[in-house]
Amino acid sequence: MSVKTLTIDGKMVTGAAGESIFNAAWNAGIHIPRLCHIGGLSDVGACRLCLVEIEGQPKLAASCLTPVEEGMVVRTNTPRLQAHRKLIVELLLAERNHICSVCVQNGNCELQDLAEGLGIDHVRLRYQFPRLGVDTSHERFGIDHNRCVLCTRCVRVCDEVEGAHTWDVKGRGRNSMVITDLDEPWGQSETCTSCGKCVQVCPTGALFEKGKTVAESRKDRRFLKYIVTARKEHQWIR
Amino acid sequence: MPTHVQESSKPRAAAVRDNRAKFLERAMSRHHYSGDALIEVLHTAQELYGYLTPELLKTIARKLKLPPSRVLGVATFYHFFSLEPKGEHSYIVCLGTACYVKGALGLLEVLERRCAMAGSTSPDGKVSVNSARCIGACGLAPAMIRDGEILGRMTPEKLNEDLDRIGVE
Repeated sequence: MSVKTLTIDGKMVTGAAGESIFNAAWNAGIHIPRLCHIGGLSDVGACRLCLVEIEGQPKLAASCLTPVEEGMVVRTNTPRLQAHRKLIVELLLAERNHICSVCVQNGNCELQDLAEGLGIDHVRLRYQFPRLGVDTSHERFGIDHNRCVLCTRCVRVCDEVEGAHTWDVKGRGRNSMVITDLDEPWGQSETCTSCGKCVQVCPTGALFEKGKTVAESRKDRRFLKYIVTARKEHQWIR
Repeated sequence: MPTHVQESSKPRAAAVRDNRAKFLERAMSRHHYSGDALIEVLHTAQELYGYLTPELLKTIARKLKLPPSRVLGVATFYHFFSLEPKGEHSYIVCLGTACYVKGALGLLEVLERRCAMAGSTSPDGKVSVNSARCIGACGLAPAMIRDGEILGRMTPEKLNEDLDRIGVE
């Protein structure tokens, strides 16, 4: 497999042909913000937080979906990108009812970390305050749609790793929502195996384990790497 | 004898109902029960049944070997598909530029006040109200479609009369 050499934020970086800029940067210790990407699942480029500038291209590119090329000059943290990321996170915060002080994930939330990292101390947009429900019909887990950012990690992990495809997205635009089966209560789902992978990959407190109260939820991200490595390479490394 | 007529028409109605399932089955087999044909199959199902019930979606998912959530996801993504029964009558108000300028919002306002919000059906199941971007009848602006028939140069008064005629309160 051929190796490509490129520059990311002034640092010489190598990546295998076909590898994404995001992964090459990550391996070199440059962490590009992201919400929908998670190692081990396919990428969809939905959150647009990993947008980067590539010299010679007028458009910004989603680094998780752009393969590395020889001689590429990439910048991941310019004022322009910062401004875009800030707006994206503000849009996410304004779209649903994200109230950290009563959330199980408070203090361990990827959305909260992003907002903190970008210096978002207030939201310049009008909050939408949609009326969304909470489904706690499952015996072990619950979903609070108010905290969902529609990253579709749960949809992908359920389809690609568990193979059940219990989750999917219904509707379009601002009416989009993740659903189980035919938008039935989660607890009545015929396809759900109750494996809990969706809960572990969820970046916010939207999917949570029952019995946890404010700021008590911790998500285990290592399991995904464990399973994916075990499947692909038949090596069981913790 | 009226009873006789009823008796003879009943099995025929049942036969039509049976045929719908058969037609749907045929549409799926024509596409070799391929999951890629989901949208075509949903189209056929909607044409046959008028709207998509959960049972129908479940059957389609099973036959095309697709996860139910994907089938519902597709059915709710496209505005063409309806998960609720359509009303007896359907009104589509054109909101294209020409109609908009000529007062289409006034027409929509009448329908939303007397029948249902755009995109839904009145509680009594009488009227479905929808809006469209442009129906290509700009010369007749403001235009609307009532049960597939174009009504041109509409006014709220004419629309009110029309609603009175079909018995909307």
